[in-house]
Amino acid sequence: MKIKCDRCAADATVHEVTLKSGEKVEHHLCESCARSAGIAINAAISLEKLVTTFVTQHAAAAGPRAVSNACEGCGLTFAEFRQKGLLGCPSCYASFEQQIGPLIERAHQGATHHCGKTPAKAEFSEAMRQRMTLLRQQLSEAVASEQYERAAVIRDELSRVTEPAPRATSENPPEKSPAKGAAKASRPKRDPAQGEEKAP
Amino acid sequence: MKGRAPQDPGDPRPEGGEGRASRRVTGAGEPTLWNAGGAEWLKGDGPSSDVVLSSRVRLARNFAGFRFVARCTKEERSQIARAAKAHALSGEVWHAGGVIWIDLNDTPEIERQVLVERHLISQQHAKGSEPRGVAISVPDERLSIMVNEEDHLRIQVIRAGLALEHAFAQSSQVDDAVEARADYAFSSRWGYLTACPTNVGTGIRVSVMLHLPGLKLTGEIEKVKRAAGAMNLAIRGFYGEGSEAIGDLFQVSNQTTLGKCEKDILAAFEREVIPRVIEYERVARRTLMEKRRLYLEDQLFRAVGALSNARLMKSDEAMQALSMVRLGVCLGFFPRMNLARVHELMLQTQPAHLQRLARKELDQAERRVERARVLREAFSA
Repeated sequence: MKIKCDRCAADATVHEVTLKSGEKVEHHLCESCARSAGIAINAAISLEKLVTTFVTQHAAAAGPRAVSNACEGCGLTFAEFRQKGLLGCPSCYASFEQQIGPLIERAHQGATHHCGKTPAKAEFSEAMRQRMTLLRQQLSEAVASEQYERAAVIRDELSRVTEPAPRATSENPPEKSPAKGAAKASRPKRDPAQGEEKAP
Repeated sequence: MKGRAPQDPGDPRPEGGEGRASRRVTGAGEPTLWNAGGAEWLKGDGPSSDVVLSSRVRLARNFAGFRFVARCTKEERSQIARAAKAHALSGEVWHAGGVIWIDLNDTPEIERQVLVERHLISQQHAKGSEPRGVAISVPDERLSIMVNEEDHLRIQVIRAGLALEHAFAQSSQVDDAVEARADYAFSSRWGYLTACPTNVGTGIRVSVMLHLPGLKLTGEIEKVKRAAGAMNLAIRGFYGEGSEAIGDLFQVSNQTTLGKCEKDILAAFEREVIPRVIEYERVARRTLMEKRRLYLEDQLFRAVGALSNARLMKSDEAMQALSMVRLGVCLGFFPRMNLARVHELMLQTQPAHLQRLARKELDQAERRVERARVLREAFSA
């Protein structure tokens, strides 16, 4: 059923929803009443900006528990993200995952996971991560069922997978990372817990 | 691994060492960009070019181990710009043709605005005083890589007409070549990590520039805008975010970047959404030709009248009149004019291009005189 304009009998085509003190107030107007009410009907309005506004507004509603947290990678606080709508470094996605997860989902029509192109190196590390998860699971099962010989084989296999690759040499000294911790979250393939991968 | 320092966004190799005659490294003001036949997308010869001006694919990418641009120190931005420049100019990334690198910090404002008007950088990228730059393929201007805009890299390919899949193929190829030299910020859950969460995932923005004068004249344009909104697509003007739809030009782009793979986003655009809009526009044009011929002709010839005679011309007025000429060319009314020339005039009469042409700064009133002069010259013949 079509909604009628609040002011005349025409069909409402402009729907304005505002929040006043947490209460949702809806107005349904036809185009001419909306114009006379001073509601801008501007198709050039940036929908991307609207989405960003939406994200920041909902981030604001995410509550005070988020405010004191700072990203371990760049020191950005959730309050700062709320103000600008921009994250500070790749680690922010992990640091604020609980708060921004639902916002990202809403901004992307309910999507919760990436689908599509993946860096070739990340594909390799993802395969390794899955392999390690499987090996750890098999190790627990072997220990639980007292198959110690099998457990030893799996343990050796795990240590081969997680064996750290050679670190930086004197020719290539590691420099102080500008975003401490950022490397960890943004380079899943080099998670120290998993060890570095070898060049594929 | 080659033992690269973790925060190094790749391996900035010496620029001079890869010498290919066609690859040129230069600063702003180098004539290559402007005098070599113009951007390919202006030529008006792509698929469905009667309605589609251009197709653009843009990929947002960030290097691992670095903060996002807005939170970087000046030194970090310089470091990113140096590495990105080296990647962008490397032989693996640049397969064919020439390339120029423009350090935007050393570039006068008018030159930066010229780049904005040619859709090679964004308005946001033109502003500011931090280390940033852009690599541009010449002479076709098909590919540009914005460095230190909102994200470390924005790889952009523009093609004439409806050619999104080609544009994606090329941008993806460049993306792969950069990735072979550097590590991107990526998470298996969120995909390519971007400064703004609205771009996270594929980091892809697919845009098509549509010329819809028929729908405008038949009064059906609002319907198309509403339909696009319902499909969660953004409709913007000729100059992107926040710009008005001047000259009946509308840029339609995707809004969501997470959860749908590039192939599906492209297929929805190239095979479903855009062909439908093209068909609406063509029907509107046919209706005008068959049922409102006199009204249509009046609009077209009034526009030519203004373009051939006006002494003062505002930017919007020029774009609107050129839109009518473009429509007339497509409908066969102006055999001595062609799409490439109309597109060229659309750019040439933009404020920064006019000033570049006049070789001096012009205020608004002077630009109106100059714009009218350029157009009179083009149309009096």
